[in-house]
Amino acid sequence: MKYLVIGNSAAGIGTIEGIRQVDPEGSIMLISDEPYHTYSRPLISYYLAGKVKPEKMYYREPDFYEKLNVNLRLGVKVEEIHPDEKTVSLSTGEIVKYETLMLATGGKPIIPEMPGLQFKGVFSFLKWDDVKDIEANINKYNKIVIIGAGLIGLKAAEAMVGLEVKVTVVELANRVLSAILDEEAAEIVQRTLEDKGVEFSLNNTVKEIQGSGDKVSGVLLQDNTELECDAVIIAIGVSPNKDLATEAGLAVNRGIVVDDYLRTNYPDIYAAGDVSEGYDILYKQRRVLPILPNAYRQGYTAGHNMAGQEERYHGGFGMNAISFFGLPMITAGIIKPDSSEFTEMIERDSTKRNYRKIVLRDNKLVGFIALNEVDRAGILTGLMEKEIDINTFKDKLLYKDFGYAHLPKEYRQEQLLGVIKL
Amino acid sequence: MSISMQLPDYLVERDPNRCIKCKVCVNQCANEVHSWDEDIDSVIAAEEKCVNCHRCVTYCPTRALKIRRNPTEYKENSYWNARTIRGIDRQAEGGGVLLTGMGTDRPIPIYWDRLFLNASQVTNPSIDPLREPMEIKTYLGSKPDNVIIKDGKLIKELPPQLVLDAPIMFGALSFGAISLSAVKSLAKAATDCGIMWNTGEGGLHRDAYEYSKNCIVQVASGRFGVDAEYLNAGAAIEIKIGQGAKPGIGGHLPGEKVGEEVSRTRMIPIGSDAISPAPHHDIYSIEDLRQLIYALKEATRYTKPVSVKVSAVHNVAAIASGIVRAGADIVAIDGVRGGTGAAPLRTRDSVGIPAELALASVDSRLRQEGIRNQASLVIAGGIRNSSDVVKAIALGADACYIGTAALITMGCRMCQTCYTGKCNWGICTQDPKLVKRLNPEIGAQRLANLIHAWSHEIKELLGGMGINALESLRGNRLMLRGVGLSETEYRILGILPAGE
Amino acid sequence: MKRVYAREEVCAGCKLCEVYCATAHSEYPNSILKAFLKQETRPIARILVEVDQPLSFALQCRHCEEANCTQACITGAMTKNPETGIVTNDESRCVGCWTCVLVCPYGAIKRDETGHKVASKCDLCSNNDTNPICVEKCPNNALIFAEISRGGE
Ligand SMILES: Cc1cc2nc3c(=O)[nH]c(=O)nc-3n(C[C@H](O)[C@H](O)[C@H](O)COP(=O)(O)OP(=O)(O)OC[C@H]3O[C@@H](n4cnc5c(N)ncnc54)[C@H](O)[C@@H]3O)c2cc1C
Ligand code: SF4
Repeated sequence: MKYLVIGNSAAGIGTIEGIRQVDPEGSIMLISDEPYHTYSRPLISYYLAGKVKPEKMYYREPDFYEKLNVNLRLGVKVEEIHPDEKTVSLSTGEIVKYETLMLATGGKPIIPEMPGLQFKGVFSFLKWDDVKDIEANINKYNKIVIIGAGLIGLKAAEAMVGLEVKVTVVELANRVLSAILDEEAAEIVQRTLEDKGVEFSLNNTVKEIQGSGDKVSGVLLQDNTELECDAVIIAIGVSPNKDLATEAGLAVNRGIVVDDYLRTNYPDIYAAGDVSEGYDILYKQRRVLPILPNAYRQGYTAGHNMAGQEERYHGGFGMNAISFFGLPMITAGIIKPDSSEFTEMIERDSTKRNYRKIVLRDNKLVGFIALNEVDRAGILTGLMEKEIDINTFKDKLLYKDFGYAHLPKEYRQEQLLGVIKL
Repeated sequence: MSISMQLPDYLVERDPNRCIKCKVCVNQCANEVHSWDEDIDSVIAAEEKCVNCHRCVTYCPTRALKIRRNPTEYKENSYWNARTIRGIDRQAEGGGVLLTGMGTDRPIPIYWDRLFLNASQVTNPSIDPLREPMEIKTYLGSKPDNVIIKDGKLIKELPPQLVLDAPIMFGALSFGAISLSAVKSLAKAATDCGIMWNTGEGGLHRDAYEYSKNCIVQVASGRFGVDAEYLNAGAAIEIKIGQGAKPGIGGHLPGEKVGEEVSRTRMIPIGSDAISPAPHHDIYSIEDLRQLIYALKEATRYTKPVSVKVSAVHNVAAIASGIVRAGADIVAIDGVRGGTGAAPLRTRDSVGIPAELALASVDSRLRQEGIRNQASLVIAGGIRNSSDVVKAIALGADACYIGTAALITMGCRMCQTCYTGKCNWGICTQDPKLVKRLNPEIGAQRLANLIHAWSHEIKELLGGMGINALESLRGNRLMLRGVGLSETEYRILGILPAGE
Repeated sequence: MKRVYAREEVCAGCKLCEVYCATAHSEYPNSILKAFLKQETRPIARILVEVDQPLSFALQCRHCEEANCTQACITGAMTKNPETGIVTNDESRCVGCWTCVLVCPYGAIKRDETGHKVASKCDLCSNNDTNPICVEKCPNNALIFAEISRGGE
């Protein structure tokens, strides 16, 4: 195989599309241990809630692989990589040779050590199969405990509420969505979820999952309260799925270490997506950024490089668009700075659940939170990405209709007249 | 504060079955008539501010708007009519000179409409302009008393001439009074049509220099924007003595309209009032005028015709004779209906005389004195259409200036509030958000369309009279007959009553 | 590719482009009145006029060569047609997560929450020869549909 791609999700698909843009011919094999045509991971909660039908789960058209001439191996796991021989061995016993390899193996759920994980009714929330498992016995669940009030945990909570299951979310931090919201915004979001019946236990965690027979019957919290429930979803985060790489001797840190061209320490092995440690332009260091846009963009850029068209990956930063029960929020970058080099600007309208916060550093925008009023937030993201000096229009950043009209003329005209590559 | 006695002049009618609440009217009305009322979820109108400029009516995508004259009646009185009472009210509440814009709207007799053109029948057949060549090219400037031709060649050189592809020019509309967009529209159209535009007393904006070959540069009593480069840039120079809308008064441009561009072009400080003195302080006699004319000719090395523009006033014929004798190549006469960006209402409405009478008497006088060939005659002040042009030529004009007709072409709806600087059509304003409403490309195209249309019609009318060159119509008053005029008017106009 | 460009120097800020765009993409594409008065929910324009007087100009999707929105779209609903270059959103697959709103540097994507939540954006309603409706209806020729190559093209 000229190109071997492991992982059939955003980063893997990005890689294939990137390769094909440069090299329409070179043979590509795509291997994934999930048995599905590429699907959208973020849609699993929508699927569970019944809002997205199975046929709309797919991330690309049904004829995608055919069209791009991809040799597809689904339901097959890569067991080992042999970088020196340039081969991988598969769960089927086959050995496949490659010229360039992409590791787009994504993440795996973080499962904390605790008693009771073996009971039926303990789930993670990462794969389609995870929600299919939950769906299989959904009628039997009246009360569920979700561990973790991050994006995935709350998305799961929203889906469960829709299915009329009573939800309690247990979170170690002092607020929901602590990675992407500050206290004030988090409180608004929490209230919105509480209005829909979700209960929260913050500054707390699950010590033990209790069972009766082989089934979950409740949890014991750190503060020693006991909650009855018939299912538990563990959603405290994902960690890079880097074991293959580690075992093969690739340089790994928290994730697989890659350079500006998404190459690992082996020149013909690339990594992208949730498994890799890309450059964060705001924190100015390598970080795992487990979000889909980042996964795709890294894969796509790596694809170009694998096919010989050298292209730098300029780095990314954390950003999220998400909504719960019709309350949308868009956040990016550093939203809760902890040092005096940052300045914050805030605009709120609590009657409307509106909250907007801007974080600046050295006259550059380095983070924002937009709650409820999220329109045109991408302009802010763009200013962050291009590291534009905002000094001349700083006071306008919080305008309700903030837009290109408020940006310096040269920037506006450059952006609007030409279509500049980002 | 006491209650205002002034009623809104207009009522705004909004059809609730057609209003889609798009708020286009709100964002287009610079007078802030329309506004959005959040509480009742509707557009409402402050009618007292409405000037009936039709911006909203034209832009409303569903034709939901109608502007009507306020039907409220004043007690009937044929002498103290509503208009008179309103004028008094305005002054009672404001205490100032009543200002207005555009030409007078008083029912002054329209002589053009009492004049009728001839057409050929049987003996002197008419000419079909679609089949036969038809010449309407016009040369403005002093013509020699005779020409000497030897071996088919002209011996004596002609004095400098302005060459027009049609006997029409855009009248003096100064940058400052009108927007740069309007200036550009006029300038481009004139260039495209082979006619002339006129800077007025506002100087020549940098961006308009590219159209200076088709431009008459004006020198008025304020001398705004005048320097050697300016004088030499134009195709001709015009000394502005008077203006039909406000004879005896100089131009006034309030400081608010003097922004950076106007300031640079007029060569005056930003924000200063540009007040042209009523007279030229160096002209108190025909001899003084002659000095200025020759100073300008000298400055441009006798390469450009010099025009002198005066208002049509009582002894305009004698004045014109003096102007010709002072050495002017062109005499421009602006009748009482002439337009303006701002004028005192009383002056506009009652000072000066109609262009038709002034023209006829000037032409007659110059002929009587045997000096008609020494200068061309341009008439201005209320030329509305091509038949007005043709009648003017027959009365003795060489060409016409059009001002108001040009403004209407660019979108002006004659709301007469030019002096407020809030022209919703981007014509008579310096407010940048309004100026950009007039796209000079569109303005120029519309103006060019008008000039082409009029040119066709002029040829059509000429052909009907059996004439194939405009030159043969100049001062040919036999082609005119009048209806319903007095003996004296027939005499002044030099025409016969219809039927004679 | 041909795109719509705004000429801010002659934009009157009237927002008629918004009215016509909304109509053209409504249930009654040929009737402004019906689109606004009969359709149950108010039609949404895919073009937006930015105003900061005296400046105003219309802005809509730039149909980027490397479009952030298509790359970031979590469902695969947002795609760029390789032949026409037009970026469109398959509304049947869109779940209204607003990731495109997050990444579109032009702020060109609107949220349509009138029905099933979807991202609503310019589809360059043109077959390349005809003008998109906004260009066609701009009363002051402040929008042009043209091929301008600059920068990354
Ligand atoms: C419920 C949920 C909601 C989310 N919502 C959002 C959101 O709204 N916005 C957003 O930006 N991001 C969201 N994310 C995150 C987003 O899904 C990930 O960032 C993205 O999927 C990462 O893509 P990836 O290709 O790097 O990895 P993954 O999607 O994790 O895919 C890796 C694939 O590789 C396969 N694989 C791994 N190891 C092997 C092996 N040895 N052999 C064969 N196959 C292997 C895995 O089975 C998997 O199919 C969400 C995630 C979840 C779970
Ligand atoms: S929606 Fe935005 S990011 Fe997407 S193609 Fe259009 S302008 Fe580019």
